Amino acid sequence: MTGTVRIGGGQGFYGDGIEPVADVLDAGVDYLVCEALAELTLAILQKDRQRDESLGYTRDLPLYLRVALPHILDGRTKFITNAGGINPIAAGRAAVAAAKAAGANGLKVATVVGDDVRPLAEQGVIDLPDDTLFANAYLGARPIVDALQQGADVVITGRVADASLFVAPLVHEFGWSWEDWDRLAAGVAIGHLLECSGQVAGGNYSGAWWENPDPMRVGFPLAECEADGSAVITKPDKTGGMVTFDTVREQLLYEVHDPAHYLNPDATADFTSLAVEDQGRDRVRVSGARGGPPPASYKALRCTPAGWSGEVRMAYSWPDAEAKARAALHFIRTKAEQRGVVVDEWCEEFFGAGAYWGERSDCEPPEVVGRLAWRCADAETASAVARSVGVLGLSGPPTISGTGRDRGGKPTQLLAVDPFPVDKALVDAQVRVDVQEV
Amino acid sequence: MARIPLRDLCGARSGDKGDISDLSLFADDEAAFEVIKAEVTAERVKALFGSLVQGEVVRYEAANVWALKFVMQAALGGGAPRSLRSDNLGKTFGAALLRLEIEVPDEVAAASVRRGRRAPLDAWRT
Repeated sequence: MTGTVRIGGGQGFYGDGIEPVADVLDAGVDYLVCEALAELTLAILQKDRQRDESLGYTRDLPLYLRVALPHILDGRTKFITNAGGINPIAAGRAAVAAAKAAGANGLKVATVVGDDVRPLAEQGVIDLPDDTLFANAYLGARPIVDALQQGADVVITGRVADASLFVAPLVHEFGWSWEDWDRLAAGVAIGHLLECSGQVAGGNYSGAWWENPDPMRVGFPLAECEADGSAVITKPDKTGGMVTFDTVREQLLYEVHDPAHYLNPDATADFTSLAVEDQGRDRVRVSGARGGPPPASYKALRCTPAGWSGEVRMAYSWPDAEAKARAALHFIRTKAEQRGVVVDEWCEEFFGAGAYWGERSDCEPPEVVGRLAWRCADAETASAVARSVGVLGLSGPPTISGTGRDRGGKPTQLLAVDPFPVDKALVDAQVRVDVQEV
Repeated sequence: MARIPLRDLCGARSGDKGDISDLSLFADDEAAFEVIKAEVTAERVKALFGSLVQGEVVRYEAANVWALKFVMQAALGGGAPRSLRSDNLGKTFGAALLRLEIEVPDEVAAASVRRGRRAPLDAWRT
């Protein structure tokens, strides 16, 4: 019977910290799980792949792997990540290259493919818009468990549901049945608590965040997991931040929608059934999770082009800072209209004068930053709007200043990313696990 | 009764899924949870966000952690990679909710550890 299984949360998004991962590894974990993909990340990766077909995965993968490799090669830790993004095969190659460069020998690297559902559209079994840039289903834990059972030390996937990356090692270690909904729901809860790295350990804390111990080095979390599904969420000694009832519950409910029915491809988890007990000293025990069967379909995301945007920002000083900023934005909009530039949507924001919620203050701010963003059908039109911005320097309201070296209206492609359901059997039939030895 | 902003009673965190903004509001004990359950309705939250949230607002409860959740449709200008807003993920929406003023029994207001607690400026001067 397997005893306590220790899992570390090594990454919460593409571009997260690397240093805290070393602390988690030094604390001793059986699995290091790096969750690299937000919805927005897939759109970023799509832009990478448009430039270069060999990209489309999170390029910091080798950085994380390099930190973990000594532990992996010692047999102390296994490494699981969805850094494959929309190109897991290329990510697998990058991982193999990083392992070879570090002198690995006898390392088993598994790559999970099959989350890309565009082949199903090509076969005519699902419908996708003709201009689809990517379409990926959120896979569950099963292919990762398959890889672990084949002896993989490193598992690279594409779009696997965040929490399922953590469910997989628990199923593998404890031998949980795929119909043991309460245990699977417990795994989903543990995974959900670890998947956003520092956000369960004092990062983004909405309470007294300024009381975070050593806030310049907020630690990444780890969970001490038991076969019954209970776990203690904690963090390595001597790291900053805190793990408390409050930090754990803020992460528990983060982005889950209905907390009694958190949908995951392995189980539907009832987070309202979870007992959350602060044991002090950065240890919070979670137990008693209840669950039920997962939805009949996989959730998938499809991405389509949604036009081009540009944006500029300019700052004005007191007096009448907001009025000046408003006048400046009006100037740019009017010039675009006079030149016949077709703009489909405008967005005006005034930092220091209610940019986020239109909130007004009674006092006159010492400065206001005006931000104007716009959407056009194509990049050329989007860049045409910015042409009149420089004119403001000598022909607009007084006291204009820059806001640092921004992109100066350089256009950016906008992407629509929309969810849709896909038949599980169709996707499962194309999922493949490739294990290669380095 | 006292009229106080939620800032003095609760914590809040917000996130996104596509064009949906997902807010959590946390009370610190059973009594405060009962108050926000009665006061912070989906209708009031929808009204607070005005034109920022185009779709419906649905409320859920998580009594085990004294929390309410608000799931707001068509709330992020089309979703992060499509939106023209600077806060395209709605990370400030949790804070926006904390502006809401509610009626609170005096003893509940007095018991709140969050009341009047403010971040210091001096600690971060370099």
